[in-house]
Amino acid sequence: MAFDEAKKDFNLIGTRPARPDGIDKVTGRAQFGADKAAPGQLHAAILRSPHAHARIKSIDTSAAEKAKGVKGIVTRADFATGLKGEMWNKLENVMAGEKALYDGHAIAAVAATSALAAKDALKLIKVDFEVLDHVTNVDESMKDGAPVIREGAAGPSTPEGMHPNVVGFYSSGHGDVDAGFADADLVIEDTFTTEATHQGYIEPHACLAQMGKDGKGEVWCCTQGHFNVAKVCGHLLGTEASQIRVTASEIGGGFGGKTEVFIEPVALALAKKTNRPVKLVMSRSEVFRASGPTASASMDIKIGMKKDGTMTAGRGVFRLQGGAFPGAPGTFTAMCAFAPYALENVSQEAYDVMTNRPKQAAYRAPGSPMAAFAVESVVDELCNQLGLDPIEVRLKNASREGSKASFGINWPRIGLVECLEAAKAHPHYSTAIPENGGRGVSCGFWFNHGGETAVSLALAEDGTVSLSVGTPDIGGSRASMCMMAAEELGIKYDDIRTTIADTATLGYNEISHGSRVTYASGLATIEAARDTIKKLCKRAAAKWGIDEDAVYWEDGFAKPSGPNAGEFEPMSLAKIASKMGATGGPIVGHYEATPEGAGVSFAVHIVDAEVDKETGSTSVGRYTVIQDAGKAIHPSYVEGQFQGGAAQGIGWALNEEYIYGEDGRLQNAGFLDYRIPVASDLPMIDTVIVEVPNPGHPYGVRGVGETSICPPLAAIANAVSNAAGVRMKSLPMSPPRILKALDEA
Amino acid sequence: MQYQAPDSFDAAVTLLNAEQGMARVLAGGTDVLVQLRAGTVEPDLIVDIKRIPGVHDITAEDGGWRIGAAVSGVELNAHADLCADWPGVAEAHDLIGSTQVQGRATLTGNLCTASPAADSVPAMVAAGATARVQGSNGTRDVAVEAVGTGPFKVSLAQGEVITSIFLPARGANGGDAYLRFIPRTEMDIAVVGAAVSLTLDGDKVASARVSLGAVAPTVLLVEGAANAIIGTSLDDAAMDKLAATASAACNPISDKRGTVEFRTKIAGVLAKRAAKIAYDRAKG
Repeated sequence: MAFDEAKKDFNLIGTRPARPDGIDKVTGRAQFGADKAAPGQLHAAILRSPHAHARIKSIDTSAAEKAKGVKGIVTRADFATGLKGEMWNKLENVMAGEKALYDGHAIAAVAATSALAAKDALKLIKVDFEVLDHVTNVDESMKDGAPVIREGAAGPSTPEGMHPNVVGFYSSGHGDVDAGFADADLVIEDTFTTEATHQGYIEPHACLAQMGKDGKGEVWCCTQGHFNVAKVCGHLLGTEASQIRVTASEIGGGFGGKTEVFIEPVALALAKKTNRPVKLVMSRSEVFRASGPTASASMDIKIGMKKDGTMTAGRGVFRLQGGAFPGAPGTFTAMCAFAPYALENVSQEAYDVMTNRPKQAAYRAPGSPMAAFAVESVVDELCNQLGLDPIEVRLKNASREGSKASFGINWPRIGLVECLEAAKAHPHYSTAIPENGGRGVSCGFWFNHGGETAVSLALAEDGTVSLSVGTPDIGGSRASMCMMAAEELGIKYDDIRTTIADTATLGYNEISHGSRVTYASGLATIEAARDTIKKLCKRAAAKWGIDEDAVYWEDGFAKPSGPNAGEFEPMSLAKIASKMGATGGPIVGHYEATPEGAGVSFAVHIVDAEVDKETGSTSVGRYTVIQDAGKAIHPSYVEGQFQGGAAQGIGWALNEEYIYGEDGRLQNAGFLDYRIPVASDLPMIDTVIVEVPNPGHPYGVRGVGETSICPPLAAIANAVSNAAGVRMKSLPMSPPRILKALDEA
Repeated sequence: MQYQAPDSFDAAVTLLNAEQGMARVLAGGTDVLVQLRAGTVEPDLIVDIKRIPGVHDITAEDGGWRIGAAVSGVELNAHADLCADWPGVAEAHDLIGSTQVQGRATLTGNLCTASPAADSVPAMVAAGATARVQGSNGTRDVAVEAVGTGPFKVSLAQGEVITSIFLPARGANGGDAYLRFIPRTEMDIAVVGAAVSLTLDGDKVASARVSLGAVAPTVLLVEGAANAIIGTSLDDAAMDKLAATASAACNPISDKRGTVEFRTKIAGVLAKRAAKIAYDRAKG
């Protein structure tokens, strides 16, 4: 689908109205995952493995079953059998089978009359573990002799002769990289590592579930994709997705981490067993140990450059561990790595590696930020050694419309050059670099996504509109949906209420992921509004007794299309709606599709950082985000996404990391020692919205939620390296790491 | 679990002596309640001392200040005269936790938790503070540095409680300071802490006490580091010697918060920086 003539004149789009869910959130009326209660509900708690890798020889629940208040206990035996592939992996993660595969892996769950009783009962469950050797590091896990997580998990792409923990492989490229390196004046080759980080959403996973003996269930939960929750729960409970109606609560952050399903099937199994509603809320420690952090990575990069800044070749090898299951996003890492550059010679390959860690989950542009860190660090070093300006070099080599992407496609209209030009022109780039400071620049790239989408738009008799979408609002999307519907219909923003409909109300909607909501649900909302307008015009035509083709819609009114159509007083939406019962019944517009025109997005970040060389402490001074949004529907929320990505990137770059002990247990399962930035750690993050319209959306929208986290790791690493005078090759750049690098330099 | 809130320290001591199982004294509760919630301790008895008369008072005594066992961080930092005398102690205590925690957290509690990384303890040690301890055999005063004997271990006998902290008279031409290293700007635990208290005779340091936190099983009082600057005006050589002696006194562990090498080096850096602030304060 291409929208060659993107709409350009807007009434509402590009303005900044208050978000419709804002008052509920600041007054506490908004209902999040843990806010829902049902009469007679039980509280559940999950027993988790204290071992990184252990065979479960037996589970004895008899003492726990007799404990005061306990109403039911489930283990793996209470879930579906015979699952294969992805659903087997999901079940294995939700409740361990023969082995505990990581510290925190669920072993059993208790439902009791109070949360305390459930927690106390966990202590009475006796598990006979046979502790096995474990491995948590990606490079160690690939070596001969590393403990095998699971035989036979490797996918068909995996090369022969690799360790069984290597379960996926991807490669692509074009040209002759060796000839390209031979052609270069300077070639730099280096190895980089990043640690696993958690999305750090403030709201822990929480749900309330009911399920009768008839297999009909209800779930209320915080999720990025309630249709997916219904599907997965259906498989794991051995029933059909349509028998489980899921309602998405308000969501206190997701960032990709709430695309996975962890506790809902457990609550449903307990509800089925006890015939009571069951509430299950993860603690923060459980969120860290048993939901999905991102992958950690080990990466080899080699880039050649001529003295004039022309990049002659690039090669990348990426090794990502994604926990005890296949699915680390190495393919994306490899595809994103050189995406900003139009290289004649490029090759990239990626390995998906299992370790004894929790199953990785998506985290904003999964796989891309670490790729940018490795590649853009080498580009920065090349610029430094050749005495070249980092933005000029990036402009010289930039991907642009028609150039061949590193992963094979020919680029459509993209906005990287516009972002680089805006960065060059930004006052930040021309101010002096502070004393003891360094400046870093980086590009970043993310694909963005369309996905299955269904939207329904119903008129009320008073002329107001109820818009139902199926994509949980994780970034202010209800405001954007109201704006797009109001823009089309020509009515007021406040006359539209957007609701995240439950799974029984709309057709299947893919998860809110891939920065797809404003693009795909937005496109569907516009099309549903246009469908509604057709129906409105038809009613007006019938009233006027003219052909419906002779009626058009403008600024909220049906109007006769010209003198030949006849002279009629324009009819407002409200007027047509007020009579709809008698003129043909309810007016509902809808749209269902899998839009495939999500436009990619590029960003450029500029960072100034200072390093205290006596302590290794870093402070981020000035930060500027420049990103292509295609068309910003609600600029405040676009800017918020830009800033949020940068803020999370600062945490990832400087202090956040999963720290495992020798025993394979996570040592920092809490916000005290898993250090996300606090407000006083962050500078004001300046933003520039570049708008190069996406031809795949009627207004030109490109997703913006993920690209913003692609450049920060690299941009901050470049700033810190330039400030410290030593290249930082491992994240996080925590003070001990920086001091060590300074000492060794 | 039994909760008691006696109205005198005599009654508190009696309750604690009678308890056969695990007992915890509750002042601000910013450690005890967290441990309870995390399930790391399950005491049989909790004795809340906040209702005992006088525990919220800060009183002048012999030119110094007696600080009740339940005086919170907010109350301490609102006391202008005490803050003028001992800014290092007040600032150290103010670094602990969030605004909400500051409404509860006490110097006495920070001392009794006996974390090597406690922020207020190095500042109190440098200041030469003493703790008043009451038990079944009466009352005694103990130097703050003698209270902690190891991570989360104290020298108090069964039934003994700390009823107040005493900060001595500041005297003329004195200053103190506490600095800690954390990877963030707030809401964190010290990776290293360093406190210096000193007095001047003209431009020269006449007396000094240097204390380090989070670099050994207990908070350290480092005499050698103090000797490095006594008689000097903090010239480069004295500062280098201060850093070297501070680092040499360290006996840290490597853990998720920092390595042995990092802690050892930072102890010297922070000792120098704290000494400079204390010196400038003493200059007035």
